[in-house]
Amino acid sequence: MYSALSLLLTARHVAWMPPDGSLRGPIVDRLMFWNLIAIVAAAVIAHLWLIVALIRRRSTSRNFPSPVRWGLVGVFCVMYAWMALTAQRLWAANRFTGPSLTAMHVEVVGEQFQWYFRYPGPDATFGATRPQLVNAAAGNPLGLDARDPDGKDDVVSSVLVLPAGHEVDLQLRSLDVIHGFFIPGMRLKENAVPGLVLHLHFTPEKPGTYPILCTQVCGMGHGRMQARLMVVSPADYTVWLDKRERALQQQEAGE
Amino acid sequence: MPATFTRNQVEIERKDPGTGGKPPLDRRPTGGGGDGENWGDHSDGHHGPRELLIRYRLGVIFALAGDLMFFVALVSAFFVRQSTGHFDVHDNYINDWRPLAVPTILWLNTAVLILSGVTMEMARRQLFREIDVMEEWLGMGRPAVKRAAPWLGATLALGLMFLAGQWIAWVQLAHEGFRFMSTDPSSHFFYLITGIHGLHLVFGIFALAGALIGLFTLKKIEYRQVAVDCTAWYWHTMGLFWVFLFVLLEFFQ
Amino acid sequence: MRSRALSRIFTTDHRRLGILYLYLALAAVMVGTILSLMMRIHRVWPNLMVPFVGLVKPEDYLAMVTMHGTLMVFFVLLIAPQAGFANLVLPEQIGARRMAFPRINAAAFWTSVMAFLVLISGAHIKGGSAISGWSSYPPLSALPAAGPGQGLGMDLWLISIGIFCIASWLSAVNMLATILGERRAGMTWSRMPMTVWGWLVTSILSLLIFAVLLAAAVLLFSDRHFGSSFFIPLGDMIDGRIVGHGDGSPLLWLHLFWFFGHPGTYLAVLPGMGLATSLFANFTRRRVPGYRVMAGGLVAIGGLGLVVWGHHMFVSGMNPWAGTAFALTTMAIAVPSTIEVIGWLAMLWGGGLRLKTPMLFALGFLSFFIVGGLTGPVLAQPALDSYLHNTFFVVAHFHLVMGMAGVFVVFAGVYYWYPLMTGRMMSETLGKLHFWISVVGVYGTFLPMYFAGLAGEPRHYDRLAGPATSFSTLIPLERGITYSGIVLAAAQLIFLWNVFASARRGRVADENPWQASTLEWANVAEFGRIENGPYEYELQSGGERFHPQWETAAKEE
Repeated sequence: MYSALSLLLTARHVAWMPPDGSLRGPIVDRLMFWNLIAIVAAAVIAHLWLIVALIRRRSTSRNFPSPVRWGLVGVFCVMYAWMALTAQRLWAANRFTGPSLTAMHVEVVGEQFQWYFRYPGPDATFGATRPQLVNAAAGNPLGLDARDPDGKDDVVSSVLVLPAGHEVDLQLRSLDVIHGFFIPGMRLKENAVPGLVLHLHFTPEKPGTYPILCTQVCGMGHGRMQARLMVVSPADYTVWLDKRERALQQQEAGE
Repeated sequence: MPATFTRNQVEIERKDPGTGGKPPLDRRPTGGGGDGENWGDHSDGHHGPRELLIRYRLGVIFALAGDLMFFVALVSAFFVRQSTGHFDVHDNYINDWRPLAVPTILWLNTAVLILSGVTMEMARRQLFREIDVMEEWLGMGRPAVKRAAPWLGATLALGLMFLAGQWIAWVQLAHEGFRFMSTDPSSHFFYLITGIHGLHLVFGIFALAGALIGLFTLKKIEYRQVAVDCTAWYWHTMGLFWVFLFVLLEFFQ
Repeated sequence: MRSRALSRIFTTDHRRLGILYLYLALAAVMVGTILSLMMRIHRVWPNLMVPFVGLVKPEDYLAMVTMHGTLMVFFVLLIAPQAGFANLVLPEQIGARRMAFPRINAAAFWTSVMAFLVLISGAHIKGGSAISGWSSYPPLSALPAAGPGQGLGMDLWLISIGIFCIASWLSAVNMLATILGERRAGMTWSRMPMTVWGWLVTSILSLLIFAVLLAAAVLLFSDRHFGSSFFIPLGDMIDGRIVGHGDGSPLLWLHLFWFFGHPGTYLAVLPGMGLATSLFANFTRRRVPGYRVMAGGLVAIGGLGLVVWGHHMFVSGMNPWAGTAFALTTMAIAVPSTIEVIGWLAMLWGGGLRLKTPMLFALGFLSFFIVGGLTGPVLAQPALDSYLHNTFFVVAHFHLVMGMAGVFVVFAGVYYWYPLMTGRMMSETLGKLHFWISVVGVYGTFLPMYFAGLAGEPRHYDRLAGPATSFSTLIPLERGITYSGIVLAAAQLIFLWNVFASARRGRVADENPWQASTLEWANVAEFGRIENGPYEYELQSGGERFHPQWETAAKEE
């Protein structure tokens, strides 16, 4: 009994949720855990109540005392207020403010049925894109404008590689229809809406591979529209990016 | 809004001789108020002489409330669409909304529609004159019909004029290159809003024609009252909607 | 003979129309259930050949999801509790002889039938039906090239929904005019049964929301066929071709759709909440404690329901501050819902329940409403919803609180009002069997979905394993859901048998078989002014008494 209780009190996440790899994830997990505890408790109490009512064969003519009824409503109101306030603080911390100035930027582009990730390269500036230039077969799935010097060093990848412990700001775009960008392991979700650029910032902490899913039905390939997030050490990240940059330069030299 | 019976000045003078006449009624000029019959207590489900009228009025009002939401949705889409844009390659915010110079004839059309509202109201009031209703109940002809028909006809004519005017506005716009199929969002909204409002008025024209025919063919005076009254409510509402829509199209481009 | 059959079908009698509406809902629910079984089976055995379909392709799966959602929401949950039951008993419950506009009522029914036929005809055309889900987000729904079924199939979907909007609008006008204008003398606001309060609120909601959906459908149709750009953004690209030529906003559709969609789901449960209140009062022989509070709760839920649509859009790209505002309004809706639930629990606390089949189903409704509803406040928190959004957690939530709670109260209504439809009682034994298997089936099917959702499994996936995920740990869970779903569906065969067999062989019903106090159980011609409240049940030491609403003499004695 005691051990069960201590387990409950020290638990920090819901066992069913996938392992968390981000800085703010544990806060979400803890909040989710206590929310679920609260509602499961409420549901169990309500059903015990129902069972007692079912068992009582003899009925009493007395009405249920009204103050108790309103007291119960009050208890629930307090619970809802707690839920609203705690979640609001987390939401505000995640979404009301932008990323820190040192955050790295990656562009995420969804199209039927593929995710692309674009890194701005050494100049830290994304090159211009034009939908007219999109041509996946020719190696330009995002429509990078070759005339824009900012775009020369832009690396486009189908795997999202991020250094652990460094805040990243994602810019979500979509070329065609609405996609849902979801990394369960980072507790992160936002739609990629065509015509809009939506920002989403987080800090991956634990190295590893995390699936990226599409959560907004986007056509016949929706169930297959997945990618991978690889969180690696900062050193490995630099190596990876350098390799991609070199490949880019070689390709350009070849042309 | 006046209802079943409204007395004009002449009738009031004739009926209230000052002393010794009927006791003053607590009936409001709107036709509401008690009639001293306690119809509400009648248990068999009948609610008095105005039952039919009230029922149909309720129906029309609720239907129009739903319709109002339809236009509210369109107008909110108008404002949303007006403000949406995109960032071009140089990160400038570009908005593709080109304000539409609404054809001047719409001013004339609006005046015509407002005038038709006046004639409609005149027609409606003819059917609720107590003395005419009494005369008919006594089998002394149908004076209300004779008086209301010309007003209804005038409303019908003005309504058709309005629709013709809207059509001219469309033709003028099309000449200037603003077709519905063209890519301008403001012209999409112009055609959509005027088109859907025009469609409502086409239904209104049918209702007017029906009411006009009904004036002569419906046997019971209650039915004639319902036909004209409901048409009038519908017509007034469409007139009111148009004033708002016109202000939107003219001044909020 | 032929004209009699015709007049039975093209009737303006509200009770017959109610039964016809229930038949329409039955047809829709059967198609919808078969589709859901096919989806469940495909998810666990993806390589199985399905009869008439063959191997289920991804687009087939999405078409099934779309059809399942559209049928179940529009043609079952928005029809049976409201148009179906209201036509069956609403005029009688307020002491009227008929609906205010019987012909408009009949027209609304046949318009709904037309919408249904247009919708299911989508399955037989080239490309199949639409695949963009029941919420049909553009640009996927705006561009025929965006996928199979998005051409003619999507057009049919839009036309069907447009027709349905008009039908619901007609039906709501008729119902509101009836409730406001046709009440019998003495049937004051505080003497109306709770079902009437439910129908009143849902009719007002219908008037306000279906017009908005119709406007959205018109705009979307115009985008598809007339080259406008209300919802398609600039430079939008499908199949390597640029189709977006104006600054349309996909989010505009989301706002318009969910302004309809969220209150729309309340149309499914508010009349049910009213009916559950009536049944609890009847089968516990108690008055409704705090009648005004319970009625006010229904009104409050309906009213607040109009300002919460943004909680479907926390992660849609909507401004996060707007997310906060919608989170607060959504949390506020939990308060009247809690007041309702605690009101019901307080009614039941005294015990002595008469566990007839309608009561059992009402209790089932309560159970699902609690278990599904409590996850509402969790989903209302944007910080948590940004993990749970569009996962199976949401699927479990709305299937319990709207779907199953709504359907169970429809079952309760059918068992309860069956004597009014046929003059006979349904079999209690079969009814109880139906109830217990269904309850187990429902929890077996939908509770595990909460866990799948917590594990991060998204909706609308035609198979578990994708390029980056396998969800292999969920396979036993998914199998369990499928088995349980099959059991649940099979249990409904008992219900069907019970309905059709009892019509011929059921026990002939007494005049007032449930000893109910509301007016639908009396002959409308026989009673006068209403002087009693709707639930004047009394428990006294010498047994129980009740004062039906049609009783007037008792007071004078």
